[in-house]
Amino acid sequence: MGKQVAMTGNIAVANAMRQINPDVCAAYPITPSTEVMQQFASFVADGKVDTELVTVESEHSAMSAGIGAAAAGGRVMTATSANGLALMWEMLYIASGNRLPIAMMVINRALSAPINIHGDHSDEMGARDAGWIQMYSENGQEAYDNIIQAILIGESEGVLLPAMVGMDGFIISHSIENLELLEDKQVRDFLGEFKPKHPLLNINKPITMGPLDLQDYYSEHKRQQAQAMQKAKAAILKVAKDYKAVSGREYGFFEPYKLEDADIGILTLGSSAGTTRFVVDLMREKGIKVGMIKLRVFRPFPIEELQQALSHLKALAVMDRSDSFGAAGGPVFSEVRSALYDLPARPKTVNYIYGLGGRDLGISPIERVVKDLQEIHQTEKIKELVTHLTVRE
Amino acid sequence: MPKITEVRWHGRGGQGTVTAAKIFAETAMSGGKHVQAFPEYGPERMGAPLRAYNRVSDTPLALHCQVTNPGIVAVVDVTLLGTIDVTEGTPDDAIFVINTPEDPKTMRKNLNLQHGSLFTVDATTISLETLGRPIPNTPMLGALAKVTDVISKDNLIEDTRVNLSKKLSEEMVQKNIEAITRAYEEVKSE
Amino acid sequence: MSTGLKGWKDIPIGGMILEAGNSAEYETGGWRTFRPVMDKEKCKNCLFCWIYCPDSAIQVENEKIKEIDLKYCKGCGICAAECPAKAIEMVEEGKL
Repeated sequence: MGKQVAMTGNIAVANAMRQINPDVCAAYPITPSTEVMQQFASFVADGKVDTELVTVESEHSAMSAGIGAAAAGGRVMTATSANGLALMWEMLYIASGNRLPIAMMVINRALSAPINIHGDHSDEMGARDAGWIQMYSENGQEAYDNIIQAILIGESEGVLLPAMVGMDGFIISHSIENLELLEDKQVRDFLGEFKPKHPLLNINKPITMGPLDLQDYYSEHKRQQAQAMQKAKAAILKVAKDYKAVSGREYGFFEPYKLEDADIGILTLGSSAGTTRFVVDLMREKGIKVGMIKLRVFRPFPIEELQQALSHLKALAVMDRSDSFGAAGGPVFSEVRSALYDLPARPKTVNYIYGLGGRDLGISPIERVVKDLQEIHQTEKIKELVTHLTVRE
Repeated sequence: MPKITEVRWHGRGGQGTVTAAKIFAETAMSGGKHVQAFPEYGPERMGAPLRAYNRVSDTPLALHCQVTNPGIVAVVDVTLLGTIDVTEGTPDDAIFVINTPEDPKTMRKNLNLQHGSLFTVDATTISLETLGRPIPNTPMLGALAKVTDVISKDNLIEDTRVNLSKKLSEEMVQKNIEAITRAYEEVKSE
Repeated sequence: MSTGLKGWKDIPIGGMILEAGNSAEYETGGWRTFRPVMDKEKCKNCLFCWIYCPDSAIQVENEKIKEIDLKYCKGCGICAAECPAKAIEMVEEGKL
């Protein structure tokens, strides 16, 4: 058992970074992620880590510096939010295309405009095709556990992909909760030393990275990336198993709750999972057979596993904390619904866009979702495929 | 369902209200509880009204929504009463702790309060006399230790020491502990 | 496919080139339409051509020009343009 502490999600992640002791961190501050690097910078100044901290002039530069350091053969981390992640945009693809296992904490925040500093998933969801492994965290504990695991998942043989871990801005990043930190030595032993496969700084074996790649080979390299993402699935489960041996805490692609005997279910990710679980308990006391499933891993998307977990449901609500304007619902909905398409019998599936710009998702809107699902279950009819929840008319 | 105690703090930026909620959580955790402490997120500005919240439970806390029906309300700045309804959403058995030199009966009348139990403590005077500055957060915690069963005085003093030692001198830490002890003794019930 | 190109399983990841100096495998001499022809009588061995040649096609031995390596010379004519002694002439390949 590690030590119980009360700390914010941001400080927990900064402590994870201290224990990880990466070779290089390059970062630029943006709310609500600033506190992570601010605390980590103190660790650097106090000599608690050996990290080379590079303070740069933008997030684009932060990711660029990270890419250079990772190509050189370093274990590299950074943290950002919202517009900062958006400014990294082109470099995200260069990190994944060059197969550099950088680990990044994304303190999820709404994208401007209008300007808003609060938590939603539009930043990380916008980067869903960038070739990064993507995970979401319900609370500070999961953010801490996920970012440590992200290091090894990305570095795994056959994977070699960057990974980002999300944590809801303010709702988790600035909330104090109980959590358990591992001992420093436990983390260092768990991670071991990073042995880069093709370090650019190995002068005994000079290589070229990032050369021009045209019609003759580009497709093959993208096919490799698709394969690496598939391989990441096994790596995620392997790392989770090893992490459980150290921490006692269990992780997978998702976490079902009272789902086995449920008729109706809610799929969600991030901090709203806890509130949803609370509502599931309330509804269960009333005899309503509702369950929930909290998605942890969004990339690679666990298609077959979700098919298995959800096939028995009669009605399913997919919760999206971001919108994909003009699409067939929010990003999570599109993926889940597509995954269920090939099942011979599948739940009637509806989508709720909620909590944009940090709008609170309280108990009563989730109760309303349950009520809608009950009606869909009874009538076998969907009135509204995509509902904008927690919005005034 | 597990019992969850929820606290709402009313204060102004610069009065240490967010720190009070933080120490409250840490103290409850020292007493073996599961805790949450979170400010009403947004930029903090000196003098602007703000709220902070706590949840405390014997079992792990899953809720990550706002606190709307707090069982305990701590009013760090009494001048807020004119503009903010501090009783909003409170249940019948709510506990109100208000920083004021007035006695509880007068405050109940002023608030036109029909329910709950009300306590007053002159936290500003205590902080002025002990700390030399009007930062009433630590005496408010002392009063809460007395009138609720969520945190104990001993844990509070210990956690205040740990917390404030990071930023303040030993002398100032000691004065804060004195403020807590005085408020614990001086809080008035109806 | 019979292109002679390798499949995705058989190439290094991320477009990396794992052998140093493998540009030597690509013989760019086939691009040439004009060939530099050197008049050894005029050449003063100042080595300007060696400095300017973008393909390192000027072969030097004992600080003297030995020959122009036609396996790599693209026929760009920079050597001829830079030569202070006007010792290099560009001659159309078909007329040789």
